[in-house]
Amino acid sequence: MGTEQEQRRKERLDRGIKVRSDGLYALMSWRELSYLTVPRMVLIVGFLILPLIMPSMYWERVISIVCIYALLAISFDFMAHFLGLVSLGGAFFIGVGGYISAVLNHSLGLPPLVSIAVSTIVGALICTLVLLPCLPLRGVYFAIVTLMYPLFLARLIEALNILGGTDGIMGLDSFPGRWIEQYFMILMVLGFLFGMRRLVNTDLGLVLRAVKDNDQAVRASGMSITFYKAIAVFIASAMGCLGGACLVHIYMWAGISLFALDFSILPIAATVIGGSGTLVGPLLGCLILVPISELLRAFGTLRIVFYSLILVGFIVLRSEGLMVYGQRKYHQFERWVRV
Amino acid sequence: MSGTPILQVKEVTKAFGGIVALNRVSFEVNEGEIMGIIGPNGSGKTTLINCITGFIKMSSGKVLFKGRDISNKPAHKIADMGLTRTFQIMRPYYSLPAYKNLVIPLFSPRARRTGGWRGGGKLGDRDTVGIDILEEIGFERDSFVPYKMASSLPTGYLKRLELARCLALKPEIILCDEVFSGLSMSEIASMVPLIERLQMDGITLVMVEHRLRELFRVANRVMVMNFGEKLMEGTAEEVMTSEKVKEAYFGSEEVEEVMTYA
Ligand SMILES: Nc1ncnc2c1ncn2[C@@H]1O[C@H](COP(=O)(O)OP(=O)(O)OP(=O)(O)O)[C@@H](O)[C@H]1O
Ligand SMILES: [Mg+2]
Repeated sequence: MGTEQEQRRKERLDRGIKVRSDGLYALMSWRELSYLTVPRMVLIVGFLILPLIMPSMYWERVISIVCIYALLAISFDFMAHFLGLVSLGGAFFIGVGGYISAVLNHSLGLPPLVSIAVSTIVGALICTLVLLPCLPLRGVYFAIVTLMYPLFLARLIEALNILGGTDGIMGLDSFPGRWIEQYFMILMVLGFLFGMRRLVNTDLGLVLRAVKDNDQAVRASGMSITFYKAIAVFIASAMGCLGGACLVHIYMWAGISLFALDFSILPIAATVIGGSGTLVGPLLGCLILVPISELLRAFGTLRIVFYSLILVGFIVLRSEGLMVYGQRKYHQFERWVRV
Repeated sequence: MSGTPILQVKEVTKAFGGIVALNRVSFEVNEGEIMGIIGPNGSGKTTLINCITGFIKMSSGKVLFKGRDISNKPAHKIADMGLTRTFQIMRPYYSLPAYKNLVIPLFSPRARRTGGWRGGGKLGDRDTVGIDILEEIGFERDSFVPYKMASSLPTGYLKRLELARCLALKPEIILCDEVFSGLSMSEIASMVPLIERLQMDGITLVMVEHRLRELFRVANRVMVMNFGEKLMEGTAEEVMTSEKVKEAYFGSEEVEEVMTYA
């Protein structure tokens, strides 16, 4: 080894960061700070300039759809990984949020941004109340129930011919402008993403994870597991209802296709591809899956075949998910430091 | 020992399908005392704790805590009143460091009201309070044991962690399900003073144990169970000399050893 190299050694990127206690990054230098913030900045800036570089109106619309799926996927990941409830309720949340916003806008004449806000809260309350009896259910049983609700509601609307029946509610107001639409969606996704990442590391987030790991110990600690599950389900369904409410104003129409299975399945696929438990991964997964699914639209029904192949390929080859893989690799980067 | 009953268990019965795990068990625990419960494997001791603390519904019977009926109330409400329990099969949060395990009970409404074991009604920073509680029950802060992952802690510490979870609530009574079992002689030797300290602190203790010798040292009164029924109740000497108890434990070396030792 030459003298020059003796004064420098290789060090992993996360070294200075890992040794310090969790959560509290007493960062030593701008350089270290940048290792943490650069990936975040790339995500935020990249997402914000996305609408500016889209070639056509059609692709601008795709961005909004990506955002709606991203809200669902983050909500799924939060429920599954931090609460232990596997939910197939994406369609349920979308449908409830969407129909409420449609009614508020169509019958009461509320402007879209107001009806979206109201239906996010009211929709989440309704979803939480309806799911309340199912909260003690675990694993596949909870998943089945959340899958049944949208089917049930869609058939109910069809059979009773309420809320516009099979025609749906037409002529809803759209967002005040397409820039507002896109940036509203993007800011919501980023807001929820970073909000949730913060939430899961607070003491409340710790309690939620404890409910997942060890619910008996939580009960023995004098805390109602149903209460904490309900709080988490409220947050998760609020994200879904927000997505649904935005969707009806984007398409200016609410119909029973809001209860379509896609809203339940695609977020899960996105989470698998992006990496579960990271909350960013599901967003990444949506950024990949939704455009692909749009591109494949040209192939008609064959689209499902391609789509499934891509999905299986991802699961077989990189079951940990892109984000988990990426994070690991990123932290393993080595740099030269002076000794 | 004031002699007023803090916990009254009346004719508690529990049947799992055809198996009667508890058959009309009644006893009282006085404020400030240590009551031992012993009995052969499968005699219903854990089931009794589960019924009292609301973790399973009892078939019939009544439980009064400080005179209030708590029969079949939800477990978290009973814990919130100050009646806590440890688990025979320890239930730490393995993925968290020891002190973070206490952040969860310290988040509970009762801990917020009481401020934790040593708190005077106001809860401080949860991490700090958690570490203080751990240090007081034997997690040496100097050797960083409170910061170790629960999954890497030996049984002795995990048993203490079970107790710590109860203490975080500032409990009035703790039902301990075999805190001595699985511990070495020296670990038990250090656990006994801790139990005595809890009693001096005014915490009432019910201790289900198989380690009779150690239990008899600390317990003021002992109840013996067999096949889901209460066999007898009395002081340690009365139990040790009882023919009925010898019969129930027939063949058990532990008891023979204790009996001869007595
Ligand atoms: N959930 C359950 N379902 C069916 N039977 C049960 C259940 N829990 C306990 N039992 C039965 O009830 C009886 C009492 O069990 P319990 O666990 O209370 O005994 P124990 O005194 O705590 O024994 P040990 O000293 O081994 O811990 C046993 O026969 C057991 O098989
Ligand atoms: Mg037992």
